[in-house]
Amino acid sequence: MHVYACVKRVPMTGGQITLTDDQRAISTRHLGFTVSPHEECAVEEAVQIVEREGGSVTVLTLGPAESEEQLRDMMAIGADQAVHLVSDGEEWDPQATAAAIVAAIRSDPQPPDLILFGNESADAGNYQVAVRVAHQLGLPCVTGVKAINISGGRARCEQEVPGGRDVYDAPLPAVVAVKEGINLPRYPSVPGRLRAKRKPLAASQPQRPPARLEMLRLELPPEAGKQVRILGQGPDAAPAVVEILSELGVL
Amino acid sequence: MSSPSTPLPASQSIVIIGAGIVGNSLAYHLTRLGEHDITLIDKGPLPNPGGSTGHASNFIFPVDHSKEMTQLTLESLRQYKDLDVFIQSGGIEVARTPERMQELQRRVSSAISWGIEPVSIITPEEIRELVPFINEKLLLGGFYTPGAGVVDSLRAATIMRERAQAAGLTVSANTEVIGFDVEHGRIRRVRTTRGDIEAQRVVIATGCWSPKLARMAGACIPIAPSVHQMIDIGPVPRFANAKGMIEFPIVRDVDTNMYERQEGTGLEIGSYAHRPIMMEAEDIPSIEASALSPTELPFTQGDFDPQMEIALELMPEIVGDESVGVKYAINGLLSVTYDGLPLLGETPEVRGLWSAAAIWIKEGPGAGKTVAELMVHGESEIDVFESNIARAYPSMKTRQHVFARAGEGFNKMYGIVHPSEQWETDRGVRLSPFNERERALGAVFYEAAGWERPAWYQSNAGLLDEYGDRVSRRESEWEARWWSPIINAEHLAMRDRAAIVDLTAFAIFDVGGPGALDAVQRVAMRQMDVPVGRVVYTPLLTPSGTFKQDLTIMRMADDVFRVVTGGAYGMSDLKWFKDHLPQDGSAQVHDQTSAITTLGLWGPRARDILASIARGDVSHEGFPFANWRALELGPLEVIASRISYVGDLGWELYVPIEQGQRLWDLLFEAGREHGLIAAGSGVYGTTGRLEKGYRAYGAELDGEYNVVEAGMAWGAVKEQDFIGKAAHVAHRQEEPAAVMCTLTVDDHTSASGVKRYMLGKEPILTLDGQPITDRKSRRSYVTSAGSGPSLGKYILMSYLPPEHAKLGERLLVQYMGERYPVTVASIDATALFDPYNSRIRS
Amino acid sequence: MSVLVLMEGADDELSLQALTFARELAQASGDGAEPSAFTIDGPYAPAAFGQTVADLIGARAPRAVIAPGSERGNEVMAHAAAILDEPLSANTTAFEPGDPPTVTRVRWGGSLLEQALLRARTLLITVAPHAVAAQAPGVMPEAVPASGHALALAPTERVGASSGGVTLEEASVVVSGGRGVGSAEGFAIIEELAGLLHGAVGCSRAVTSAGWRPHTDQVGQTGTKVAPELYIACGISGATQHMAGCKGAKKLLAINADGEASIFAHADYGVVGDLHAVLPGIAAEIRKARGA
Repeated sequence: MHVYACVKRVPMTGGQITLTDDQRAISTRHLGFTVSPHEECAVEEAVQIVEREGGSVTVLTLGPAESEEQLRDMMAIGADQAVHLVSDGEEWDPQATAAAIVAAIRSDPQPPDLILFGNESADAGNYQVAVRVAHQLGLPCVTGVKAINISGGRARCEQEVPGGRDVYDAPLPAVVAVKEGINLPRYPSVPGRLRAKRKPLAASQPQRPPARLEMLRLELPPEAGKQVRILGQGPDAAPAVVEILSELGVL
Repeated sequence: MSSPSTPLPASQSIVIIGAGIVGNSLAYHLTRLGEHDITLIDKGPLPNPGGSTGHASNFIFPVDHSKEMTQLTLESLRQYKDLDVFIQSGGIEVARTPERMQELQRRVSSAISWGIEPVSIITPEEIRELVPFINEKLLLGGFYTPGAGVVDSLRAATIMRERAQAAGLTVSANTEVIGFDVEHGRIRRVRTTRGDIEAQRVVIATGCWSPKLARMAGACIPIAPSVHQMIDIGPVPRFANAKGMIEFPIVRDVDTNMYERQEGTGLEIGSYAHRPIMMEAEDIPSIEASALSPTELPFTQGDFDPQMEIALELMPEIVGDESVGVKYAINGLLSVTYDGLPLLGETPEVRGLWSAAAIWIKEGPGAGKTVAELMVHGESEIDVFESNIARAYPSMKTRQHVFARAGEGFNKMYGIVHPSEQWETDRGVRLSPFNERERALGAVFYEAAGWERPAWYQSNAGLLDEYGDRVSRRESEWEARWWSPIINAEHLAMRDRAAIVDLTAFAIFDVGGPGALDAVQRVAMRQMDVPVGRVVYTPLLTPSGTFKQDLTIMRMADDVFRVVTGGAYGMSDLKWFKDHLPQDGSAQVHDQTSAITTLGLWGPRARDILASIARGDVSHEGFPFANWRALELGPLEVIASRISYVGDLGWELYVPIEQGQRLWDLLFEAGREHGLIAAGSGVYGTTGRLEKGYRAYGAELDGEYNVVEAGMAWGAVKEQDFIGKAAHVAHRQEEPAAVMCTLTVDDHTSASGVKRYMLGKEPILTLDGQPITDRKSRRSYVTSAGSGPSLGKYILMSYLPPEHAKLGERLLVQYMGERYPVTVASIDATALFDPYNSRIRS
Repeated sequence: MSVLVLMEGADDELSLQALTFARELAQASGDGAEPSAFTIDGPYAPAAFGQTVADLIGARAPRAVIAPGSERGNEVMAHAAAILDEPLSANTTAFEPGDPPTVTRVRWGGSLLEQALLRARTLLITVAPHAVAAQAPGVMPEAVPASGHALALAPTERVGASSGGVTLEEASVVVSGGRGVGSAEGFAIIEELAGLLHGAVGCSRAVTSAGWRPHTDQVGQTGTKVAPELYIACGISGATQHMAGCKGAKKLLAINADGEASIFAHADYGVVGDLHAVLPGIAAEIRKARGA
């Protein structure tokens, strides 16, 4: 099995987001970076599949030069090699992103059996790059997946839906977009970290086509302006809480 | 617990800003000392407001080469134990190199000198027994401190805060300072997001935010907030059944600037090896904008990669386990200063604004107690003169200096730092008027109070041949480092002929005005109501009669006194004088340090040289000892002061700084036929001084010892009141617990046959190898060490209790793991060289 | 100029919100013609449903197709956009006509908004949940038969159907615990209160990362998004990642030892105190109230 896992470098935000002066990005002066939580699970899933089925995991990203940090992070938890599509640091829309990924995968002499994505990125949340990649590669696609079982050249994928999980039986090769909860990603070990430094990383610089969903600016949503009513301090607040529960009709 | 509706008090005696280990401890000790109306505020939530206390590694190794830092740590340990938040795990500093093994022996010496026992040097196999997962094959040995351990600093802070609250402390979390009101140089008000508080005194205890807050008040707390990297890995299968939280000693892999310690099922790995990563206090993120906390910054993996390799090599079984994950990794912010020491005391810029900053967990409660005592009593049980915030000269407080030195010092955190080691960065800031001449003579410059001061002159190398065997050499690289035999040769030339010494680093200030006499009388121990023209050498005492400083004061006029003091603590002394001026404004202090330069001229030919160019009487009768006179030297008017710190005939010559070079040239020209040389601080500060048994502040004299013990209680106690008088009078009535003695080393030969020379702080032992403790629980240790070239002896100074303070008493000194015989040669101020001062008074 | 609205059902809340959005878009764009609503008839198969939308666009040449920002709405529209190679604005909150028009859409699970130009022949838009009010039901959407697609996969079975307990999505009360709960065992009191209120147990991401609760309990940007009558947040600080999952709650009660935790800025009611001291008292009080 050759499994691709596609990830995106995003800032690790705290309780409050601040924007850069030009309002085109989050101010990351004091922030670290990570990959989207769904994508970290995608890499973990890819590693677990390969641990069971044999093969190798390629982690791919489209992002600025600094994204190498995230590729190394992912190789530290078990990805075998990395493909870095080095961007110009500008925002790439979903179509451009998908096209660059498709081109990279097509140029791989060892075509993947499975391409994993996070269901949506933590920052842009466009919900479509995996689907676009699947269509362009002519592969079946399942999204919102919380479990994957590989058997007999097929991937049995469980998609989370209200009230249960729908099972899709996808022939490989396939594209699967997973959600956090499919697994609990491991922490990197120190040897894993050190190995990651030496694992192969292929970098290339795709050209960014004109955006068709072109980000202009970001803004913070208006504050709800809620005024909290403090019901009390410590256990003495219990009667006041129960009164509210009764008022709200949930008792 | 706070809530937005709790109003702040309108007016308080003391407002403490910062609820980390320092602020809470300070609040506790202030209430314990009876202070009332205190409010503690922090911009963050409690119990962890987000500063360095919240992420510190919390381990404590008590032994440091600095007495002051060790005392702060020991006091802190005592408090942590009282609060029941200390887990004793032991700690091992491991050595990978022979040089480090020697350094570990130095640490044994410091441990004995400061009374920390037991400690021991252990073998690699013994290390492995204590830490079974260590790769002992990399190690040559270790310094084992069984008393080391780990504290819960947040818990300690919480307990102390709660105790203070029970005694009336007001606490307001989530309260950010937005400004200060300073009126007539005194703090008046703290302005916060929850309203204003009038305050008589305000303490900044905000760690790496301190510079920002100080700037808001127009003061300076010079700190470079610096990153220390650490990671937690786990869960470690081997630790799964750990019975206690901490079962294995902490390992400091000092040669790689790292530490490893087990806690619970994890292993924490920390590093001071990476490039200095510093930031401005103003740039520390807010709590809301931080992913973890403001002082837990994003980890920069690339800086830590080499450290992972090292940890893997040292503890392969744990760190190399593929199942053990890196669970937490941060760049934690710490407070680092330009000289590595804390910043304690009232700021010199704003009255009533105090600093309790640049303190780490191991010093926290001790520093809190100390600052509380300083605020309440004006002195503290632990003398923190090295950490006095007033010590810094303006150029030391600049951003460039603070960041350059903090960066340079960062990688020395676990370094082997020679006692005479010089800084490399940001040199050449304060240049004496003689600098050009000194460079021409091949001066080797050491830094003194920021000045470039010659330690010796390479151009004097020819004296080595002249004095031949009389010049002692040093065979061991360690003692030969930052030293030259030329110092001893310069010394002999001075004793034979004459030398000039650059004394520009002196701090000089004039106390003037109608109340000047009363002002200096109050501060100085000795009688200051002397005729104009007299020079008085006097101790300054603390209220409890120990040393605040020793210095000279010249009566320049009826209402002007010129204070001349060593550069190192000159600014602290300036503040001390200012703090004790008469309330009525009848006296003022004017700093003359950068206006006046000083050149020393000493040696048997000094009078001949001076007489050949001076208009005026320089005869012994016409210009007696301990007097100053204005002399004309060519076109210069010179204040000549007939005193000596090297024990020879001569003068300190003062001129306006711009005339210094001309003075140098005049003297050099006149001295040519008399064989005048230039000598460095090696002669002035060490060899000349020690032969005469002259005490130095910071070495022999500090807040732990009184005048009687120092052997300086000659003459009657003056009638007028002065700071520390009552205590001083009492000291004269009692037998001293120890007295300052001069010792000589009988044999320098080590086991390997190489002659070794002590450099200071070594413990003095009885002949059966026992440490010596006086009745005040103070250990006897070497306060100063150096050659006495004219005596042909190596001289040590040490306080000894009366039972050992006997002429001819034979004792031992422990140096680098070996013991050397020494003999007590003087038990009072009597000098080994020229004991009747015939040279000075000739 | 016509606007089509893909609905998941005639009464579906998010579809009715999409209809509102479509009407506003139609009005803003000029003619104000009533949008045409449709549903896709046939067993759910994402690629085939996407092909259906693409075929409908081919046949009717609408200016825009609007769909709800549900999991399925986003998935079907992504397929349609991929098939047509058109851009898709997912989770959109506002539309401003122009050439090209400007859309406002949700980022970071709602912590941030983005304004973007949408350069498309046909505007494909999904509407962020609760960005606009739902239309009153009553529209009869046209049932369009599903098209076929070579890559279409359809679910073969439904597993793990809820075992009778109240699900997070449906619960009228959610009692959630955060890092402040302290341990897996600490959730006993959370479970007890949830049980008393016939509610569901939720948790923050810190809790699932620590392994104290399964991910299925996680409320947040990458967990479940809930919309109960009352959300009780216990020992939760209020990070953006978590608030993205519970901002649909009608009322929020925060219980936190830190009176300044940012959760209180989002709360309607607050109790300052350690949850381990506060919750047993509330449980006891509820029992007392019921017993009385």
